[in-house]
Amino acid sequence: MSRRPIDGTLLKQGAEAHVYKSTFLLPTVPSLMKVRPRKAYRHATLDLRLTKHRCVSEARLLNRCRTMGVPCPAVYFVDERNGEIIMEWIEGPSIRELLQRLIDGSPDRPSEAKEQSDGDVLSDPKVLQLMRQIGETIGKLHDIDIIHGDLTTSNLMLRKERRTTLEVDTSETENAEKNDEGIELLEGDYEVVLIDFGLGQVSVSDEDKAVDLYVLERAFISTHPKASGLFHTILEAYKQNSLGSGIVLRRLQEVRLRGRKKSMIG
Amino acid sequence: MPIAIGLEGSANKLGVGIIRHAPGKPAEILANIRHTFVSPPGEGFLPKDTAIHHRTWVVGLVKRALRESGVAIADVDCICYTKGPGMGAPLQSVAIAARTLALLWDKPLVGVNHCVGHIEMGREITGADNPVVLYVSGGNTQVIAYADQRYRIFGEALDIAIGNCLDRFARTLNISNDPAPGYNIEQMAKKGKHLIDIPYTVKGMDCSFSGILGFIDAYANDMLSGADKRDPETGERITPEDLCFSLQETAFAMLVEITERAMAHVGSSQVLIVGGVGCNERLQEMMGIMAAERGGSVYATDERFCIDNGIMIAHAGLLAFQTGFTTPIDESTCTQRFRTDEVLVKWRD
Repeated sequence: MSRRPIDGTLLKQGAEAHVYKSTFLLPTVPSLMKVRPRKAYRHATLDLRLTKHRCVSEARLLNRCRTMGVPCPAVYFVDERNGEIIMEWIEGPSIRELLQRLIDGSPDRPSEAKEQSDGDVLSDPKVLQLMRQIGETIGKLHDIDIIHGDLTTSNLMLRKERRTTLEVDTSETENAEKNDEGIELLEGDYEVVLIDFGLGQVSVSDEDKAVDLYVLERAFISTHPKASGLFHTILEAYKQNSLGSGIVLRRLQEVRLRGRKKSMIG
Repeated sequence: MPIAIGLEGSANKLGVGIIRHAPGKPAEILANIRHTFVSPPGEGFLPKDTAIHHRTWVVGLVKRALRESGVAIADVDCICYTKGPGMGAPLQSVAIAARTLALLWDKPLVGVNHCVGHIEMGREITGADNPVVLYVSGGNTQVIAYADQRYRIFGEALDIAIGNCLDRFARTLNISNDPAPGYNIEQMAKKGKHLIDIPYTVKGMDCSFSGILGFIDAYANDMLSGADKRDPETGERITPEDLCFSLQETAFAMLVEITERAMAHVGSSQVLIVGGVGCNERLQEMMGIMAAERGGSVYATDERFCIDNGIMIAHAGLLAFQTGFTTPIDESTCTQRFRTDEVLVKWRD
């Protein structure tokens, strides 16, 4: 089976999927295309089965999130036999980029922000508010029994103001966001958007939710060691905003103690 | 030029190896011999019987290794033995043998982590410099990469090891354990052609094999008790060969997938396969295709080094010994649980 050529710019080539920036239906509607390429090493039947399953599962999770009000990209189009999903383009930095910019400072950052030292930036109420928003979003996700499976600061994005899907006026938003790269982005309305549900699943288990948080905790601390003190703000907001959070957070304590899951035998 | 003798007996293979390290040259293998405890078809090797096997053979094997190598006892610098991980009783038998030799010959002891032994020997033989390592055997399934003086585990099997899954399935089908159950499954798989649907359980960089084993065992038992299982497309009867084929194709695809994820994560294009299951040519082939697609290559060794052996213990032990590491006799214990990342790898940058 041959695949049609892909119309877009390759953004990222991961182990499982290639991600392109493209447009959907109209040249003014930017979109993101996630393609799971065929893996020649595995049996064709198995390959097709896995590709289809993962594609459909990811699209379903995105859809479920969207209908239940958890911010994530809208699904535009799915071709599971070819392993393709076309989804809404989320404009904005990842939380990882944003935190790194705030901590390390970036060369093209406005001078007033540059004067703030690390400590000041990290205790800024706007940054704390962002952490709370992250906790709230993950709380909502877990309340609808979705486990993300790969929570990292790269898979959380910041988007200014919500727009309805197909009426994107790129000229305006791009101009507005060009000048705002650091802490200015945290002024006014924004939302934290979850992306990449490739390892996600539906589960009601507290254990799975606790592990989901544990994955984020480890990723957060190893990616932003200087900002590790911020993590408890995320958990606090999670606690306040998620229904089953009490049990999940208790479970998280256990998961932490467990460390790596297994002591080896053999 | 330092010489080490290595004793390995963490599972059903008893191995003795003698190695010499010359500066700036590849390590010289002076002897590498092995005796395997083979259990009857349908049975695994029990710790007690395996320990008896090791105790029975260890003296003879050490003598033969010394004879083959032509090395005089006076020239041996240290005695290396497997400290763990492995089965308790067999490990103890070999640790006692190593301690006895150390006292008898008045040589220092070096306790070696079995997994680190596999990794270091694989690197030495293949020349792979800084690969992602897939370590697959009867007791271990780990994806490992080196960082900051430790072999770090990026992914692993959450329940049973891949080799254990294959060995136990061989028992269900009553396949011979000689020379190894996995080898016989590999030969049968070559004749299989229908792929049956088996659970596929990858979680990030971890995977799980117990569900797969449970599924295929049940399937095989149905078949053996006369159920008519057919391929839905061709209508042809499913054979035991098809089951071996399906098990390999599914389980190995999982291993290649988690390895690829680790490679993408650490940005490496080299992959080294070590451990007994690493002998499997289909696994090597699949890994090769994946590595080639990433612009890299796969490194693997043959059964002399993949399957548990004494030379890898001698090699890793000697590397540690040359950094000043020894194991005092009163600490020369062994342990069933000894994680790969517990070892400080002082001999690498």
